[in-house]
Amino acid sequence: MSWKTDTLTGWGRVLSGTAQIARPEKPSSIARVMSDTPAPAIGAQRSYGDAAINTDGKAVDMNRLDRFISFDAKTGVLEAEAGVSITQMLETFAPQGWMPTVMPGTGFATIGGCIANDVHGKNHHGVGTFGQHVLSIELIGVDGKTKVVTPRKNKALYEATIGGLGQTGIIVSAKLQLTECSSRLIQVDERRANNLAEFMQMLKDSTATYCVGWIDGTANGQSLGRGILEEAELTKSNMAPKLRKSRKVPFNAPSFALSPPTVRAFNRMYFNRVPATGRGVLRSLEDFFFPLDKIHDWNKLYGKRGFHQFQCVLPDDTAERTLREMLRLIADAGLASPLAVLKRTGPGRAGPMSFTMEGFTLALDFPNSAKSVALVEKLNELTTEAGGRIYFAKDSLATAAQAKQMYPELAAWQKTVKTADPKGRFKTDLVRRLKLRESK
Amino acid sequence: MTQTWILLGASSSMGRAFARKAATMGAHVVLAARDKDDLARTASDCTARGAASATPVVFDARDPKTFGAIYKAAKKNEGIINAAVFVGSMAPQDDVDADPNIGDFTIQDNFTGPANFLHGLAPIMEERKDGTVLGIGSVAGDRGRIGNYTYGSAKAGFHTYLSGLRNRLNRSGGHVVTVKPGFVDTAMTWGIEGMFLVASPDQIADDLWTAHEKKKNTLYTPWFWRYIMAIIKSIPEPIFKKLSV
Repeated sequence: MSWKTDTLTGWGRVLSGTAQIARPEKPSSIARVMSDTPAPAIGAQRSYGDAAINTDGKAVDMNRLDRFISFDAKTGVLEAEAGVSITQMLETFAPQGWMPTVMPGTGFATIGGCIANDVHGKNHHGVGTFGQHVLSIELIGVDGKTKVVTPRKNKALYEATIGGLGQTGIIVSAKLQLTECSSRLIQVDERRANNLAEFMQMLKDSTATYCVGWIDGTANGQSLGRGILEEAELTKSNMAPKLRKSRKVPFNAPSFALSPPTVRAFNRMYFNRVPATGRGVLRSLEDFFFPLDKIHDWNKLYGKRGFHQFQCVLPDDTAERTLREMLRLIADAGLASPLAVLKRTGPGRAGPMSFTMEGFTLALDFPNSAKSVALVEKLNELTTEAGGRIYFAKDSLATAAQAKQMYPELAAWQKTVKTADPKGRFKTDLVRRLKLRESK
Repeated sequence: MTQTWILLGASSSMGRAFARKAATMGAHVVLAARDKDDLARTASDCTARGAASATPVVFDARDPKTFGAIYKAAKKNEGIINAAVFVGSMAPQDDVDADPNIGDFTIQDNFTGPANFLHGLAPIMEERKDGTVLGIGSVAGDRGRIGNYTYGSAKAGFHTYLSGLRNRLNRSGGHVVTVKPGFVDTAMTWGIEGMFLVASPDQIADDLWTAHEKKKNTLYTPWFWRYIMAIIKSIPEPIFKKLSV
């Protein structure tokens, strides 16, 4: 097996590390990798922090294992290799009337990555997380042996693998339950929410299948927490979707591109674009689910210092109070970028390390600086106090103590992982930073 | 009518990428390579992506006995038969220097094996009076260089064969494209130092499809390699022999 020395970088471009990388093209070569050096798998490297970094170690790039193994057009059950991306599934099966049941905010994410982070989408309140629609997982362990893991046969290992950050082995392929989709277009209704209380009520009351809110992180005072609610339903329209051409960010943007005045002006415009009475628009599935995918390398918009994404989920009982405090801090700091999302989450989660819980989730990007590091650290503290959680797929600044408090089932997970990988060969920078595999 | 594509070396990254392209166009694909189990998986991938049919057949460039089954599988489908040849191997020049017999394998894998296969296919294509052969050569075949001249000379031989075949099939309505890829991000080049302007297999597959539709004779892919190689070819031999490019 040949190893290539390369830099692994989180999507936020703040954390990176040099590693030796193998890129198998056949499942059978993974066993060879394991007999050489067992190493954690990496996918599209769309996690923001250090979940897919193994500094001075090794990693197995799964992107070339991206084939569909079988598809049943009657039941919508798809078996595919771990490197298949969400977009690949959508493009191939939407014309046949099926789409992934859960789609994260980027279609570039791979099946392996979606399982390892138990991702959620704009329909979490209805269908739960990605992992809840995974019927079985083919997992290669440290010993190079392949195991088929299902909720019936080996429940503990199955649950520890979903949201398990790659610590139980290499996910080679998985069987997924897709959802019927009648067309490639989606009807999106947009309404303004004038402040946080109104916004949260609208999110709670929404009965839409897909529901997501854009939040203005610069608004303060009376307008604190204002934003736009998007509710969407699949249509039966036969019209062909109008697909926009993708563009690429060619170089690191200068720092003024996302300076406070620019962001404030942009956000005001973005808010006012939707009339006070609301409006309905027809969009392609791609445009609605992956709004940023058309701009390749959009992370370069934050310049060469990169950015931090903060994403927390808060339980219902503390959500409003905590969100208000967080948004005030954010607006006062004037550091937020226009990319900010507020969403309702349901109770659905698939494993002990899954991020979601019933309540609200807030996600915001901050250009990297000492000030924004301090702000995110403060937000992490507030999350911990409120009994909420930080999303490992996004995090680069949480602490080990916080992680332990946020994930109460950590000890149970550690037990299963210890059996699967006693020597800690699948550890990544994230796992080491948050001491996720240390019992004390 | 639905066309048929024979893919020789269907397990290679470029072969897989092109098989997908043909599959999404709704073609019948005949997938030929050594690893049968892995081919079966590529075949199911092609079916899911819209191929009219996908047939895996075991193929070894060093074993002419494996050729017949491929012709047979293709002939089962009516209409135009096309072939794309991705087979090849690149033993490091150092290994060849240490054991000259390895050179024979390089020549078999890159030149005589695929050429003999195509020679058997030519009469079938003539009978069907149409079809394209995409022959994957290499920019390394344009001039012998110290780093990989055994591989380069095998590819040069293959280029010449393809040019002759083009001349022949042209009479019956068939066509041959000589493809010269530059650096492509495949398992063969993974981890090799000094790679630059590396293209993805999907990019190459798109270029190949366009070249097939436009009936190009020679395709450098990505396009700028035509100019890079024009410069390399224009260096006078008295100077070139001292260089290590």
